[in-house]
Amino acid sequence: MSALLKYAVPMALGIAVLALWEFFVRHFNVPVFVLPAPSAIWTALVENFASLMASLWTTLRVTLEAFALAVLGGVALAILFSQSRAIENALYPYAVILQVTPVVAITPLILIWVGYDRIDLVLVIIAFIVAFFPILSNTTLGLKSADHNLIDLFRLYGASRWQILLRLQLPTALPHLLGAMKISGGLALIGAVVAEFVAGSGAATGLAWRIVEAGHNLEIAKMFAALALLAGLGIAIFSVLSVFEWSLLHRWHESAVKKTS
Amino acid sequence: MTSLLSLTDITKTFDNGFKALGPIDLDVLPHEFLSLVGPSGCGKSTALRVIAGLLAPSAGMVSFPSGKPETAFVFQDPTLMPWASALDNARLPLDLKGVARAEANARAGRALERVGLGGFEKSYPRELSGGMKMRVSIARAIAAEPKLLLMDEPFAALDELARQSLNDDLLKLWREDKLTVIFVTHSVYESTYLSSRVVVMTPRPGRVAADIALTAPENRDAHYRLSPEFTAQAAKVSAALRDAMSEAA
Repeated sequence: MSALLKYAVPMALGIAVLALWEFFVRHFNVPVFVLPAPSAIWTALVENFASLMASLWTTLRVTLEAFALAVLGGVALAILFSQSRAIENALYPYAVILQVTPVVAITPLILIWVGYDRIDLVLVIIAFIVAFFPILSNTTLGLKSADHNLIDLFRLYGASRWQILLRLQLPTALPHLLGAMKISGGLALIGAVVAEFVAGSGAATGLAWRIVEAGHNLEIAKMFAALALLAGLGIAIFSVLSVFEWSLLHRWHESAVKKTS
Repeated sequence: MTSLLSLTDITKTFDNGFKALGPIDLDVLPHEFLSLVGPSGCGKSTALRVIAGLLAPSAGMVSFPSGKPETAFVFQDPTLMPWASALDNARLPLDLKGVARAEANARAGRALERVGLGGFEKSYPRELSGGMKMRVSIARAIAAEPKLLLMDEPFAALDELARQSLNDDLLKLWREDKLTVIFVTHSVYESTYLSSRVVVMTPRPGRVAADIALTAPENRDAHYRLSPEFTAQAAKVSAALRDAMSEAA
């Protein structure tokens, strides 16, 4: 019953909103270049299916590459920070500067350095910069959160730094890392889209550019179709990461405990 | 008899100038069950950590005349790894020492059985009660077959029934394995029930106020808790603790 409610209610609401939207557009004869009806968006999606799917694939690839780099780089740097206070003190301010500088402002610079002929690499770099910091920051916090008595116990049994890292600090940091991954997965997508908006102009072939293009041509239905695909991609990334988190934590972590009462 | 360990003139002052302990002298004999009793903040836990080598004393010496014995530590909290099963938790000391997995599993499994947790090998800490978690913590402590067992108010957070049953199980382990136990508590009754010797400490900085040898039957049980011998000895410890408090005041 509760499962039915959990899925049925939001779905019914979605269908109701779409129906209302369709009715509103038809009843008031809203021009298609202002607000297309859901049916028109669907038609645009079907008509441009091949090109939209190619663009979806480009955006997905950029997002996944940037996300993978962010996770690997973030965890690696966090481990380095946890091992050396000096390195952390030296590098952390620069990680923060990279994070707080609006990424849109860096894009032209990176575009010049990397070159217009390697536009995908530019997109990956920008998306990486956006997705990187939550991983670094949360994993660093997690690695430092290991139970002090457990650290003492490990030392009492003569554990090496490596053993403490592998058997105690990394498992402690895992829930922090998984939480950060859910944030960074979405950020990588945002980074990929924003970078394409800025870099754009011809060489880029992702969904963001489809939106810009459709906007120029006043193909608003196609614009909505691309937008829907982007939203779907974001939801898919979040869902996959949520399932991943659940599969790793549900046996032992408090966050996954079902209340019995 | 040669002592298992000696504290000579130990003091501990923390970096912020807080004088926690000493000077303190203490000899511990093999197979003693020694309780450290004293008011909160008198440095009992600090003394235990100094003995374990987790904390360096500011002055004085900890010596082990016949070599440093295999040592285990039990904290007030069960201090388990939440991501690891009871068996994996109990196996920790063996894993860290590089004991082969099959043998380590067998030894950790036996340790769990000895504390009454046979059948709970695969349970995770969050699936266990407070008393059971403390049993896993004790199983972990005995898994590496220590000679010296250091316990820092291990049962303070448990209800009376769980506490009494753990008291009896601990005494059984102590007898069977010829353990030397140093047990920190602020309960007069618990120390009297468990110990062969009670050291009463003064308020901070903690020093030895009284050193009381106890006589208790090998096999203690619920009847002993109500016997006149028990009451008389508890009264002695209690009086020493009161003296230690008033002396400081």
